[in-house]
Amino acid sequence: MSWFTPEVIDVIIAVLKAIVILLAVVVCGALLSWVERRLLALWQDRYGPNRVGPFGAFQIAADMIKMFFKEDWTPPFADKVIFTLAPVVAMSCLLIAFAIIPITPTWGVADLNIGLLFFFAMAGLSVYAVLFAGWSSNNKFALLGSLRASAQTVSYEVFMGLSLMGIVIQAGSFNMREIVEYQAQNLWFIIPQFFGFCTFFIAGVAVTHRHPFDQPEAEQELADGYHIEYAGMKWGMFFVGEYIGIVLISALLVTLFFGGWHGPFNILPSLSFVWFALKTGFFIMLFILLRASIPRPRYDQVMDFSWKFCLPLTLINLLVTAAVVLLNTPAGVAQ
Amino acid sequence: MTADTALYIPPYKADDQDVVNELNTRFGADAFTAQQTRTGMPVLWVARERLIEVLTFLRQLPKPYVMLYDLHGVDERLRTQRRGLPGADFTVFYHLMSIERNSDVMIKVALSERDLNLPTVTNIWPNANWYEREVWDMYGITFAGHPHLTRIMMPPTWQGHPLRKDYPARATEFDPFSLSVAKQNLEEEAARFNPEDWGMKRGNENEDYMFLNLGPNHPSAHGAFRIVLQLDGEEIVDCVPEVGYHHRGAEKMAERQSWHSFIPYTDRIDYLGGVMNNLPYVLSVEKLAGIKVPEKVDVIRIMMAEFFRITSHLLFLGTYIQDVGAMTPVFFTFTDRQRAYTVIEAITGFRLHPAWYRIGGVAHDLPRGWEKLVKDFVEWLPKRLDEYEKAALKNSILRGRTIGVAQYNTKEALEWGITGAGLRSTGLDFDLRKARPYSGYENFEFEVPLAVNGDAYDRCIVRVEEMRQSIKIIDQCLRNMPEGPYKADHPLTTPPPKERTLQHIETLITHFLQVSWGPVMPANESFQMIEATKGINSYYLTSDGGTMSYRTRIRTPSFPHLQQIPSVIRGSMVADLIAYLGSIDFVMADVDR
Repeated sequence: MSWFTPEVIDVIIAVLKAIVILLAVVVCGALLSWVERRLLALWQDRYGPNRVGPFGAFQIAADMIKMFFKEDWTPPFADKVIFTLAPVVAMSCLLIAFAIIPITPTWGVADLNIGLLFFFAMAGLSVYAVLFAGWSSNNKFALLGSLRASAQTVSYEVFMGLSLMGIVIQAGSFNMREIVEYQAQNLWFIIPQFFGFCTFFIAGVAVTHRHPFDQPEAEQELADGYHIEYAGMKWGMFFVGEYIGIVLISALLVTLFFGGWHGPFNILPSLSFVWFALKTGFFIMLFILLRASIPRPRYDQVMDFSWKFCLPLTLINLLVTAAVVLLNTPAGVAQ
Repeated sequence: MTADTALYIPPYKADDQDVVNELNTRFGADAFTAQQTRTGMPVLWVARERLIEVLTFLRQLPKPYVMLYDLHGVDERLRTQRRGLPGADFTVFYHLMSIERNSDVMIKVALSERDLNLPTVTNIWPNANWYEREVWDMYGITFAGHPHLTRIMMPPTWQGHPLRKDYPARATEFDPFSLSVAKQNLEEEAARFNPEDWGMKRGNENEDYMFLNLGPNHPSAHGAFRIVLQLDGEEIVDCVPEVGYHHRGAEKMAERQSWHSFIPYTDRIDYLGGVMNNLPYVLSVEKLAGIKVPEKVDVIRIMMAEFFRITSHLLFLGTYIQDVGAMTPVFFTFTDRQRAYTVIEAITGFRLHPAWYRIGGVAHDLPRGWEKLVKDFVEWLPKRLDEYEKAALKNSILRGRTIGVAQYNTKEALEWGITGAGLRSTGLDFDLRKARPYSGYENFEFEVPLAVNGDAYDRCIVRVEEMRQSIKIIDQCLRNMPEGPYKADHPLTTPPPKERTLQHIETLITHFLQVSWGPVMPANESFQMIEATKGINSYYLTSDGGTMSYRTRIRTPSFPHLQQIPSVIRGSMVADLIAYLGSIDFVMADVDR
């Protein structure tokens, strides 16, 4: 047992933790399909799925069984390799990005010093899922959907990165844990970086293709857009991928703007996970409420909003933050 | 045209002889044969050679006949009661409407079986296009110079012309239907869109266009409606709407049903309109029969018709908001519809298709306690409408999606035969309930909501306001419901009064015949148009003195509304088309019949 050194034990524990987090995120994503339907129903004066299990909570099991046993249909006119690859990309990109989220002081998958950059990279990759799906389906509605997706992603990723640079300037780090600690010691970033929060939230909704930025699937116009040809588990992966995206963006909002695992005014620090989960749950609900409440702007209006409003706003925010930081830095320290 | 220059609409003039005099002065009295009818308008027969001249004259008169309201045909070959009319195997009629005169005229052309040919009038009224296609489809009458004379209701592979009298009306008169693979392939190939057939190019020097087949199964097509888009990116270069997927041959069925038993079929024409559809039909039959209904019948009919106007508009409102992407309001408007249907069900016994109006009355009297139900609904709805306005219609995204989208003006609307909210949203104050009151609407106080821009947003605002006015009308019905019978005391009232049947043998025999064969309507022609939920709906009935209609022409508002689409939507985005389709408020049953 000479190889069974403390280092190896650490590795095993880290791997186990990673697996637990992975499973938890996937289960959360899957459960969200039930949560979303129940919440929408609540706001829409109806019941939603309430038959399977207590309050219909096992609906997800029924859905899973249905999806697994459905024919895994690939249309004969589709490009098979890319067609199969697309849902894998959809689910995995944002799932991998979850690795950088520090859940509690002791839980988290990877403590990367380029944490935020890693997220941007993964978010950038995730658009390939939609592009691949739309292109390989060989369907005009899917193609229009993926064209919209790529245009939208390009527009929104431009200022998504910029919207967080104010935080990086203030915290002086890309590392998520350091950003959380900075907020605990100073002020949650929601106050100094309010415009950063607004723009990042908008960009986050756009990156996950959630309503009102669901242009790529726009049911009323494109009849489900990029995933129109998908069925069974492949379709299910797109959906779980979308819900994982919601969880991820919510967790990021909490980590970057709302003090991560800390409670307000640092009360009850022992409840770090509860704080994190509560705050994340709140943003998840906000995503769903958004879907329930507003219409969808037209595709060109979405682009206008991005380039003419959000981008200038983030730039101004960045400049002002930089100026304030510079002014507050004692002379001689800044290099 | 805006509200400032809005046309003055004079009181309705039935059987307006001014135009007959003008025509006689211009063409000489011997150019026309006048037909006496109960249609409420002059009906003039004219020779085929002079048709275009006469129609052009009517279009260009001072106070012109701006709208080609209807155009269709009649197979005259089996008609027995046509003394004094020019000999004809087939007839094509042109029903023209003048807004400035507020009167109509009908021009008829007689055609011989050996030479079924007419010049097209698409150059005078653009909306003649689809009507002429339908006449060709149904009767095999060709229109020389028509830009695209193909089948419109029947599939392109169809054999025969269904509305001809020698074409069977029942499936049992045909060989059993079977669908082989070869036949299926043939049909599918025939449905393939070929841009060159429509004079479209597949691309310009720089790029190829995408031809997107939207429908017949598409979530926002509001039924089995297909529209092929020629796209440059997401911009619509041109489009071709295609209808006929919902065609059930209601006009043919009318020729095989008794006057009474056709009533349920009318419910299904505009399937959201319920008893509103019965109204023009029974009014028209009553004109044939010469029945004057008691006052109470009028008020009950108006009340129920307004209930259906509300349920139809509520469905419109929910789906319209959903079409621009907000998913929630539709559930709330359906909850409101549910409340309306509770009242409708209590009164009529049915919900969607009550078929409740009868020739000479309604099916039964109002139930005890109806006042309470109606009152509850009248108090409930206005608050909800305020909420919709606040939560959805004032939303800036919705406004951004619909203001200035799919805009047309009054002139274009009239040229294309647009009626209803689509016409009033351009600023023209033309509501039949005011302009040509029927069924006692002149006794009610209400306003006609108008808008000025004629865009997708205005069409919605007009309809929301119409619901408020309908509530006002229902409230007046509630307060002033007259006492009296719910059926006219007339031999042709159906089902006939039964009180004396067991004492009086003659009444018993009449009753028996009327119930078993159905009433016999005197030979004549009659016509009634009403302001239905989606625009002007009318029934033009021809009786040959039988128990069944000789010809029933159902003019529905949605048909011209869909025909107008390409002229409005060229140059817009796909998303605009969806908002536009939502704002038209059509159902395919109302288009295809």
